[in-house]
Formats: sequence, structure tokens, C-alpha cells
Amino acid sequence: MTAPKDRAPGDDGTPPGDGTPQGRESSPGAADTTAAPGGAPAVAVAALETKAGEAKAGRTAKRARGLTPPSWLSLSFLLPALLLLGFLVLYPIVFSVVRSFFGANGHSFAGVDNYTGIFQGHDNLMTVGNTAIWVVVAPTLVTVLGLIFAVLTERIRWSTAFKMVVFMPMAVSFLASGVIFRLVYEQDPNMGVANAAMVAVHDTFKPGAGYPGAGPRTGKDARATQQGDGTIVSTQQYQAGQSALLPLLRIKPEDLPKKPVQAVQPPAAKPGELTGAVWFDFTKGGGGVPNQPNAGESGLSRIKVEAVRDGKVVGKATTRDDGTFTMRKVKGDGAVTLRLPKSNFTASYGGAQWLGSTLITPAIIGAYLWVWSGFAMVLIAAGLAAIPRDALEAARVDGATEWQVFRRVTIPLLAPVLTVVLVTMVINVLKVFDLVYIIGGGDPHANVLAYQMWAESFGGGNDPGKGSAIAVLLFLLVVPAMLFNIRRMRRERA
Amino acid sequence: MRTGRRVIGAAVAVGLALSASAACGGGDKKKDDGGSTQGSELKGVKIEVAAKWTGTEEQNFRQVLKAFEKQTGATVSYASTGENTDAYLGPRIAAKNPPDVAILPQPGLLQQYAAKDQLKPLTPDVVGEIDKNFSPYWKNLASAKGQTYGVLAKAAYKSIIWYRPKVLQDAGVNPPQTFDDLVKAAGTLQDAGQTPFTIAAASSDSWTLTDWFENVYLSQAGPDNYDKLAKHEMKWTDPTVTTALQTLAKIWGKPEWMAGGLATATKTKFDESVTQVFGQDKAAMVYGGDFAAANISTTKAKVGTDAQVFPFPKAGNTAPAVLGGDVAVALKDSKGAMALMKYLASPDAGRTWAKLGGYLSPNKNVGPDAYSDPISKQLIEAMQKAGDSARYDMSDLAPAAFGGTPGSGEWEDLRGFLQKPSDVKGAQDKLEADATKAFKS
Repeated sequence: MTAPKDRAPGDDGTPPGDGTPQGRESSPGAADTTAAPGGAPAVAVAALETKAGEAKAGRTAKRARGLTPPSWLSLSFLLPALLLLGFLVLYPIVFSVVRSFFGANGHSFAGVDNYTGIFQGHDNLMTVGNTAIWVVVAPTLVTVLGLIFAVLTERIRWSTAFKMVVFMPMAVSFLASGVIFRLVYEQDPNMGVANAAMVAVHDTFKPGAGYPGAGPRTGKDARATQQGDGTIVSTQQYQAGQSALLPLLRIKPEDLPKKPVQAVQPPAAKPGELTGAVWFDFTKGGGGVPNQPNAGESGLSRIKVEAVRDGKVVGKATTRDDGTFTMRKVKGDGAVTLRLPKSNFTASYGGAQWLGSTLITPAIIGAYLWVWSGFAMVLIAAGLAAIPRDALEAARVDGATEWQVFRRVTIPLLAPVLTVVLVTMVINVLKVFDLVYIIGGGDPHANVLAYQMWAESFGGGNDPGKGSAIAVLLFLLVVPAMLFNIRRMRRERA
Repeated sequence: MRTGRRVIGAAVAVGLALSASAACGGGDKKKDDGGSTQGSELKGVKIEVAAKWTGTEEQNFRQVLKAFEKQTGATVSYASTGENTDAYLGPRIAAKNPPDVAILPQPGLLQQYAAKDQLKPLTPDVVGEIDKNFSPYWKNLASAKGQTYGVLAKAAYKSIIWYRPKVLQDAGVNPPQTFDDLVKAAGTLQDAGQTPFTIAAASSDSWTLTDWFENVYLSQAGPDNYDKLAKHEMKWTDPTVTTALQTLAKIWGKPEWMAGGLATATKTKFDESVTQVFGQDKAAMVYGGDFAAANISTTKAKVGTDAQVFPFPKAGNTAPAVLGGDVAVALKDSKGAMALMKYLASPDAGRTWAKLGGYLSPNKNVGPDAYSDPISKQLIEAMQKAGDSARYDMSDLAPAAFGGTPGSGEWEDLRGFLQKPSDVKGAQDKLEADATKAFKS
């Protein structure tokens, strides 16, 4: 855009029909070749003379002058764009830099306090740390995933369809992706698909207990105590020939049988036997005699009961539908305590805390991967298509394995593309906001600088000074990556 | 902040049909089809009002504005500020192009603007109307430097707990009167196999925790201490705070009383906490202001029969009455602005609004009869009974950095306390440190 004005009028003798001057001007190298001082007019005139042989020389000269706008004219055409850029880009940047040195009210000079503040305090450091994690992890994973997808899709038949599917998340807005992944990471396995999967896998190997969360009554009416691991042990000791009552509370309605069976007194024990009843000792609507199976209380089936003497299991039984059990044989002599092993009661597995303090940042990065790996794949696939096949063929002919071809030939040839993807992603990651805002919801464990910038200025912090300081810092962090990208592009053109 | 979440709830609640029609009506001016014949002193005057309401809330407010238009002949246009009122108004004020009247979700914002002289003091005429209809506490709340700037246009009553009557009946529990009863009731519910509470303690919605605290604190320490703590004239390390936190820990310290335990509670948003109780039957009780009705109406539960309220149980001598509310302020010195402010302070506006539902008026001259549904009647009676000991939500009075920011300040500190209820001292120290920082700037 600056090229036209550093050319003298008449210098630019590009003949009509000889390509588009604008296209060349964008690259300084190209401009040099066309506008070599001195030589160009001659070429132009010659070209025009040959092309318009029948035209008069005077007319030709006039037309040549008419083709090259004077610099003031080109400037005046550029002016609106320059003004707009200055107003929309330069002015805000300068204003933000200035603003970052002032306090919340905009009048008091704060020096570099706003900048040092970014790195002070536990939560702020966590924000900086999270940003660092993002910058290191997310671009790398996106590039690696993109590479894997690109290389694999190159060999399958339906590669276009596959690529389309992987690329599709790009079409979904970040806000929508955030909402989708908030649901994916929902804690309740009945709602969050991530935990649903984990629970399904877990329960396949380790089925859940029958009555999670159940426990004995506490206080003076207690008949049993619950140990830390969930095991319930009777307070009383029993001899063979006796009957035991083991009332339980806190049975969730959904764990009760569909058709509850009325709890009853245990059957009388024959000599050598031990009988008992386990039931849900809570009368609907309150009331009822505690520790007695009242009308309306339901027995608990399929509970394992063990008789224990000196830490050794000497008898076993399982409750019937009405909650009663009969232990036919109790080994040895002497009193035993009754134990309901923890396997009856262990709380059901609830999956991971995806949005808990440790997993929340990885979880959001996961959402980011879902969105961006398609983008990386498309770029890398394009690069892959441009690799000369003969290099790969040559390597194969020389006896390289597929892995060696990939590692030693494909990757080095792809390196420029991979770098572009990586650097683009770094720039992008520094700006990540939407996903953090939606999924993290302000949780300090999920914060990143871009979110903090918004929170400090508008999201309650009410301090545009601090916000501007973070904005400037982010800008400075992005600049090297930008410069790198620009320089690379130039080198490629040259 | 919190009204914002509520608005979302309401908007979702009513369904797309309504919000769609609201969106369509968003830009258009009221039709001036001869409806404004009754009053004409403001004929041709254009007034712009900005508030954060959307959906039904916006519809209802537009009805109130229509009544004002009819009375005066003025033309009122409504602008939605979006969820963050300050982010919308700040730039407009800076550009010297504010709306005539804005409705602020927190008095804290009023103080902030007043300190920068961005508000227009109300004329004696309007102040007279306020004196007639509001208790002095509300007037003071909307005043700064001896000038009255605002009218409390809409109240939110936050001293209630919603419950499922059937579950409490099955467990043989009556709605508790005192906090100890509440603890006992929770224990009995658990014995009966029911989960007593859902708690909304996601970072984004931890204001519910501040509301729990405020109710307990107002009840135990009384209105005077409450005022001191709200202004940070009293430290958060004060023994009264210790007692309040210890009281809270009787419930917060029992993860087994929360649906899904701590893992779920710390990730639950307010909307979800309500629908978990009434839609999904996951628990028996949930804390929520009157505005929770909007969330309940999205479920199959019916407010009044399947969903009822009891007053937040007394933890001390005072029956707690914590209120939130939206304050109308004038940003331009126009005749129309003052007329609208006066109208909003009048019982007329309150009655019109009350009839539409989803609204509680802090105006003491709008009696319970003005309300159409029984729950609102119950709430407004409790609110008016509390009278002078009613207090504004403490976290909304504090600077936003302390009392209104997801993930920091009081919200996150209490969220931390919920996760570690044994560490009362640590929680107090954190609260004090954050409060000091926020009140200083």
C-alpha cells in the first residue's frame, strides 16, 4: 500500500495488459524488478510502440502519462484507508498503552503498578500459569492431531468426507462449542457424556453397590455403627439361636425395590442358627417405633451379612426379599458381631471432576482441540499434497519403512507448514476467551490472561487500567509470533 | 450481577415465543395511535430507558412504561443493557450520550456513578414522592452526599427457601422456623433417603452462597452489625462473622446433604440448582429468591402446589429479610426523566407492575392485594412485616470486585469455605483481605 508513493511519476511504465501492478507492489522484491530507475521508461515506450504501431507518438506519450497517477493523487486515494486504519488500529493501541499507566479512575498515574500487578497474588499467578500451559500444550496438540489426521486421511477412500467431519466444528461458534462442552463435562453421569462414559467403563469392571449412602441410626437408639469405609457393624453381640434386628436409614427411594416388601420380624432361630432382619427403618410421614419393623417400612433384599468373631468371618448370609436372613451355620462357639460389608453401601462411582480445580484447564483445552484440529488438518493436508511424490518413492525404493519415510522425509518436507500452523495457533491461543468464559464461568482455576483482561476492565474488576496493562502484555506476547509469520511469508515469496 | 442470572433464567423460562416477540419489539417505538389522549403535558417528549431486563421481565416493564405514556403523552423507548449494566452505560456516559433513565441492578453502581457526578439529583417533587412511599432505609440506599439519586423500582426477596412439600411430608418434617430446626429437618430428610439440598456453588453463581451468609448474619448479628459489615466499618475477622460461618458450616459441612455431593455442588449453576430440585427431584430444598419462580416454571412442577416457600429460618433473634432490587436513576436533567422517576416512585407504577406478576414492590403503599398469585402475596407480607429491619443484599452494596465478580472476592471466598468448612479462620482472613483491597480502590 505504500509502494506507489515512493515511485516517481513516469517511472512506472507498466504497459497495459502486462499483469496487475498491484499484485507486484505488495512484494518489494517484485517491485524492484519492474521499476528499475532509468530502464523502465524505455521498456515501456518500446512496448507501447510495438503494441500500438499505428498510433501517433504524441498520443502514446500522453497516454503513458495518464496511466501513471501522480503521487498526490494516489495518496489521496489511500488517505481514507490510512485514516481508518489509524483510527481503528493505531489510536486504540496507543490509547491502551497510555491507559495502562493510569489507575482505575483514569486520572491517577500508576506507573508500572498495573503491569507488576499481573504477576502478584495467588490467583493472578494462576492465570499467568494457565496461559503458559495453554500456549505450550494447545498449539502442540492441535498441530500433532492435525498432522495425524492429515496423514491418515491421505490414505483412506472417503478422505473428503472424513475431513469434512473433522473440519465441521470450525463452523460452530465458540460460544456454542463452549455450551456443548459444558454439557459434555457435566458432573452428573446422567447428563455429562464424559462422566457417563467413565462410569459405564468403571461399572463394567466393578458393578455398583445395592444401597449406596445407606447407614445406621446414630445417637442413643443406635443399633450399629458405620466405619469410615462404609462397613456397618452391630453394636450388640449375638449367640447362635438368637435373632438380630439391623435397621438401616438413608436408603434412596430409587434403590428400593419397585414393589417394596413389608419388613417383618426375623423368623425364630433354630438351635445353631442365627436369624435377623435388615430393613429401611423409616415410616413414611415420620413416626413409627424406631428399631422395629413398623407397618409401611420395607425390607432390604440382597444385602450380604457376615458374622464375625475375633476379626474372622464365621458365617455368611444374604437377605431375602422381606429383608430377613437365616445363617444356617455359625462356626465355632461364642458370641459374634454382625457385619454388613462395605460392598453393600459404597457410593456409586461418579466419574471425574472435569470442571474441578485440577482438570478444568485440560478440559477446556480438550474443547479447543475439538474446534481447531480440523483447521490444522486442512492446512497440513494441503502441504502434504504439495510434497514431491518422487522423494517418498525414492525413500521407499531405498528400503525405508513407512515410519522412516514419515519421520525422515515427510516431516522435514512439511516443516514449513507445521511451523505456520503452530505459530498461528500460538497467536490464537493467547487470545482464547470464549471457551474459558463459558466453560470456566469465572473459576480462577480456569482463568487465562485474555479472560482476566475482560474481567479486570468490565467483568466486575472495574479497572480499565489493569485491563489495558494485560491487553498490552498480550499484544507484546503476540508480536514476536506475528513478526515470525510475516518474515517467513516474505522469505517464501522472495 | 445476580439479577442478570435471574434474567437469563426468566428469559429461558418463558420460552422462545416470548423472547422472539420481545426481540421483534426491541427496536420499535411505541405506536402512538391515539392511546396517549389522556395525558398530554409531556406530548412529544422522548424518553429513553435502559434496563437489563429481557423476555417476560422486559414485556412487563414495557407495560408499565405504556401506562406512563398514556398518563403523560410522552414517548418512551426501551434499551436493553445486556447482562453487564456498567459495561453498557459506562461508554455511553463517557460519550455524553446516556439514556434519560437507567435501571441499575445494584446500589453500588449508583454510588459509583454519583461519586463521579454522572447522575442527576432528583427534584424535590420526586423526593417527596419517595418519602411518601418508601421507608428511610431505601431512600438512604439510593442517596449519596446528601442528595437522593434513585428510586428502588423493583425488589427481589431473598430470604426464602423453596421446597417440595410432598417430600417434607413423606419424611414427617414441617417447614422449619429456626436454623437448628433446618439442620434437624435436613438430618431427618437424609434418614428418609432424601437429599436435603441442592447448592449452587459454581464460580459463576456463587452469589447464592453470599445470600446464605447474609441471611444467617442478619438474623444473628442484627441489622446494625449488618450495616457496619456491609460498609466494611467492621472487619470480616469479627467474632460475629465467626459465629455466622460456624452456623453455616452446620449445613455446608455436610456434603452428603447436597445433591451429588461437593463435586456437583461446586459446579452447579443457580438455574440448575432449582431445576434439580423441581424438575429432576434430586433434592428437597433449594435456596433462591422470589425470582426462582421463573426457573421453576420451566419444569413440570407448579409454583404454589409442587413448589412452596418458607421464610429463611431464624439463626438468631431477627427474622432475616434480605432484599435485592433494581434502582432507577436519572442520567439526564430532562423534564421527561424526572416525570418518569416520579411515576416509578408512585404506587400507581407498583400496582400496574404487581398485577403482571414476577414482581415485588418495595413501595410500602402497594399492598398485598395488588398481587395476583398467592406466593407473591405471602412474600410481600413477610417483606412488609420485616419493615425497618429489612436490609439490602450486602454483597450488592460492596464494590463489584468484592461482592459481584465471579471467581473472586466474597463469591470465591465463600465457595472456598464451602469446600473447606472446618477452616473458619482461614475463610475470614481471606474475606477480610479481599474486602480491604476492594474497598480501598
